[in-house]
Amino acid sequence: MEGIFWWVIFPYLTLAIMIIGSIYRFASNQISWVAPSTEFFEKKWLKIGSPLFHYGILLAFIGHVMGMLIPIEFYQWIGVSDHMYHFGAIYGGGLAGLMVVAGAIILLIRKMTIDRLRIHATFADWFSVISLIIVAGIGVYMTIIYNTTVVEYEYRLTIGPWFRSLFIFQPQYKLMLDVPLIFKIHVITAFALFASIPFTRLVHLYSAPIHYPMRAPQQYRSRSAFKRKGI
Amino acid sequence: MRIKAQVAMVMHLDKCIGCHTCSVTCKSTWTNRPGTEYMWFNNVETRPGPGYPKEWENQDKFKGGWEYKNGKLRLKAGGPMSKLKNIFYNPDMGTLDDYYEPWTYDYANLINSPKSEHLPVARPQSMITGKYMDKPEWGSNWDDDLAGGSEVVPLDPNVQHLQEHIAMEYEKTFMMYLPRICEHCLNPSCVASCPSGALYKRDEDGVVLVDQEECRGWRFCMNGCPYNKVYYNWNTHKAEKCNFCYPRTEAGLPTICSETCVGRIRYIGVVLYDADKVKEAASVEDPQDLYEAQLDCFLDPFDPEVIAEAEKEGINNEWIKGAQESPIYKMAIKWKIALPLHPEYRTLPMVWYVPPLSPIMNHVTNEDELNTDGYIPTVDQMRIPIEYLASLLSAGDTEVIRKVLLKLTAMRVHMRSVNVGGVDPLSESKLLEEAGIDVETVEEMARLLGVAKYNERFVIPTGRREMDDDLYYQQGACSLEDLAPPEGVVTAPFERRN
Ligand code: SF4
Ligand code: SF4
Repeated sequence: MEGIFWWVIFPYLTLAIMIIGSIYRFASNQISWVAPSTEFFEKKWLKIGSPLFHYGILLAFIGHVMGMLIPIEFYQWIGVSDHMYHFGAIYGGGLAGLMVVAGAIILLIRKMTIDRLRIHATFADWFSVISLIIVAGIGVYMTIIYNTTVVEYEYRLTIGPWFRSLFIFQPQYKLMLDVPLIFKIHVITAFALFASIPFTRLVHLYSAPIHYPMRAPQQYRSRSAFKRKGI
Repeated sequence: MRIKAQVAMVMHLDKCIGCHTCSVTCKSTWTNRPGTEYMWFNNVETRPGPGYPKEWENQDKFKGGWEYKNGKLRLKAGGPMSKLKNIFYNPDMGTLDDYYEPWTYDYANLINSPKSEHLPVARPQSMITGKYMDKPEWGSNWDDDLAGGSEVVPLDPNVQHLQEHIAMEYEKTFMMYLPRICEHCLNPSCVASCPSGALYKRDEDGVVLVDQEECRGWRFCMNGCPYNKVYYNWNTHKAEKCNFCYPRTEAGLPTICSETCVGRIRYIGVVLYDADKVKEAASVEDPQDLYEAQLDCFLDPFDPEVIAEAEKEGINNEWIKGAQESPIYKMAIKWKIALPLHPEYRTLPMVWYVPPLSPIMNHVTNEDELNTDGYIPTVDQMRIPIEYLASLLSAGDTEVIRKVLLKLTAMRVHMRSVNVGGVDPLSESKLLEEAGIDVETVEEMARLLGVAKYNERFVIPTGRREMDDDLYYQQGACSLEDLAPPEGVVTAPFERRN
């Protein structure tokens, strides 16, 4: 029963909050939809912290796609042995995780110590940074310490298939029951973080302007093409 | 040919008295909300001086505008790919300290302080942190009227180019006022710098605006604009800029800075231009050719072919008539006495400046016998060095400035001979020939520059609302809705202090 809650109900609930919440906010409150940069107030520490954190997140994202979305059979088919995979995952994933944690800690300290930033930080801002540090911190611990000292855990046979099963709406929660506790906590805190996205400034992750290189440099708009947006 | 109409401005610097009325009325209209305290959509700077933000003309630092390299026009700060790479940290953007930390005074203390031996004071208090500031050190016009003198003046990038005057010798000091707003450029680099596509140029009147709903706060426009005229609202985390008071111009009224200008230095009118020529004009190799190339983009509003084409583009009669009577067309294009600010940035700016005359440095000894020709060399001896004006208004081409100053001098001499006499007849002089104008033009110029009735300074056709397709939806819409905090609400930083 407990298994059903944590590995079926909880993930669907948090994803639903994330998706519906984000759509609602996008449709109803474009004014609040921003990448809330504080570079205007402070740029020395941001120069180190922000790229470290963000590039770390990008790497970590790729790592999670490789570990969670791509089935183990694929690696076997292209001839990547388990050992080779974990070697890459520990170094690559470890590096990405360290970048995220180090970057976020720099950003957090910066927010705490600089008046101009601290005074304008909201609860949501603190919440996002701190929970990111927690989730990523656990991830780093799993990748670097747990994997090398306790056991090289093969999550591609349990967490991976379970995660994919969520998306075909046939959640195989039993796969998760015997997963080491630390991995369970990482998954649960990550889903909780997903649920918070629409309520924080993390929404800017949806707005990465990747279409920018494709568009014409100059933009003309006619008033008569006034777009009616969500009311 | 792709005709577009542009509402443009000319500022006649001779008449600016540096009163800052324009800045104040602009501020109380547009930027008196939390997050915008430091913004001056209109600011007036004393030149020579570092300006606002400090050293905004230093494009080695801010990397604003365009550059022409290897036969290609590109953003100086880098194209889309390099912007995406730098999206987590913009190396070229300025910070609040390049502008200044806005402050207010603790006026309540004057009333609330208990009885004491000394008079209570209102201490300066930061509008960013709410904390007391012991010593405000810079502001948007801290260096007004050359305050700070030889310490501050050398920060002016244009002075650094000057050979003479660097020493700030007392006899050689000079100053002038330079009021600045967004230039509403024909080739705006702010628009091209925006990864979200939130900045755009309006088809109808060329006003450059930020779509507050689409802006995601990537901040590349801030330094992408070489004039540093896009500002970052730290409260909403979105960009804001001068909007040419479009709610006023659409109603046929001048912008608030122009309406309230004490010196009546500002003129507003419509010009027609060919949008197909813009890129080519911005891509001429020699920066000193940019001024002429920009002039080539403009179209003659009396040409029947242009009129027919404009009508096809949906520009109505009122606007064509506006373009024909436009004071901007006369000053910038017909008489060529108004010049664009820093054409070398290649944005093709649309706020034009009539350079100021200044007192002649050397004593004219034989004034009684001075014939009109004698005024020709005086142009080169004016207190404000021609090279300085050229560095501001013509990419360093002193010949362009000299021509304009000659025209203005010819105008003065002629009007003096008409009104006061005592000058030998202009017809016998080379002055007009040298300046390249005739008596009729001179008199027309004198009227527009000197008499300048309201209706002659501002020829603004009303917005073409009949073409809008969604009037019902837009009724009662307010551009500040959701942006400005509701009235009467105390917001950060002051809410936290109590
Ligand atoms: S002056 Fe105005 S239109 Fe031109 S680049 Fe700057 S913000 Fe854009
Ligand atoms: S109001 Fe007019 S005269 Fe006064 S500073 Fe502004 S532009 Fe100059």
